[in-house]
Amino acid sequence: MTAYRPFPPGSQPPYAVASYGSTALRAPRQPLVAIDPTIERLGPPLLQLPAHADLSRAAGGEALGERILVAGRVTDEAERPVAHAMIELWQANAAGRYHHERDIHDAPLDPHFHGAGRVFTDADGRYRFVTIKPGAYPWRNHANAWRPNHIHFSLFGASWGARLVTQMYFPGDPLLAIDPIYQSVPDAAARARLVAAFDLALTQPEWALGYRFDIVLRGLHATPMEHAP
Amino acid sequence: MIVTASQTIGPFWHPLADPALADLTRLGGTGEPIELHGQVFDGSGAPITDACVEIWQATPAAPFVGWGRCATDAHGGFAFRTFAPDADAPYLAVAILARGLVKPLWTRVYFADIDDALLAQLPPARRATLLAQPRWRWDIRLQGDGETVFLDF
Repeated sequence: MTAYRPFPPGSQPPYAVASYGSTALRAPRQPLVAIDPTIERLGPPLLQLPAHADLSRAAGGEALGERILVAGRVTDEAERPVAHAMIELWQANAAGRYHHERDIHDAPLDPHFHGAGRVFTDADGRYRFVTIKPGAYPWRNHANAWRPNHIHFSLFGASWGARLVTQMYFPGDPLLAIDPIYQSVPDAAARARLVAAFDLALTQPEWALGYRFDIVLRGLHATPMEHAP
Repeated sequence: MIVTASQTIGPFWHPLADPALADLTRLGGTGEPIELHGQVFDGSGAPITDACVEIWQATPAAPFVGWGRCATDAHGGFAFRTFAPDADAPYLAVAILARGLVKPLWTRVYFADIDDALLAQLPPARRATLLAQPRWRWDIRLQGDGETVFLDF
């Protein structure tokens, strides 16, 4: 028998986050119902979707901004690599504006930056993509609210229950300390793992800064057999 | 190692919203074609127009791929076209992601009121929130009256 391990206390955010206004009408009030997963322990299989690992250029030209390389490894809690996992990526441009009709932030669009990518991990769980560093942007959650620089990640692991959507942040960002979304994770060490590490070894001379961001997905683990009476 | 913390999908996730992904029959497969549609509502009863609804079903067998995704529209609506799952597990796993959800809401939608471990532990009113009405309507209420049963596993 295999099962998911419970999340350590504080390592995941609660649904209701008082400082994040949009949770007020969207967080459920009833307690969650605990189940033994059935189909949740299975698939989904890998989708045959095209990879797009260079977000730094579009429409025949190079995006404005600070070019960066992001690389890392996807594993489960037992440090087993998650091979051939699909990672979807999206982000604002260097000016802090999304290529999205509902983004009304008064910052310029960049015709050479669409801000969406898709990569797959290799047999050892490693991934890599090229982009530009996203800008901070205002978001009206509270007076003078600005999101820290971040890249959105959506991951599919070996089972439905491993599905993870998260955000990668950048080291030294002064907005992290006052961002309700980042701060929604109670445990400081768990929050810190959402911040990529600057990596000089990954940095390519005369071309791009390197950031390392490792990700851990839920895995299915053997549970001790109960002794028959 | 500890699982990476979840963060919200936010309001601008739509680069991932290829409408083709809501038609699970597009890659072939065999079975009874069904359409599942509904709306997503918040605690004030307002439709949620920026949500990502994803489904997963383990059957029928390959070449069918049992994963789909649909962005809610201006009325909070979503619609999937798929094949009916096998009768021994007549339900889909569902995840709702949106601005204001720092982690997914996990649930299931059933196409038959079977006696399984989840439904059996729910009082009738709560049980009803997981049952699609023929053929096939299912609304998702994130909070308040008629709140959908959400799962922990």
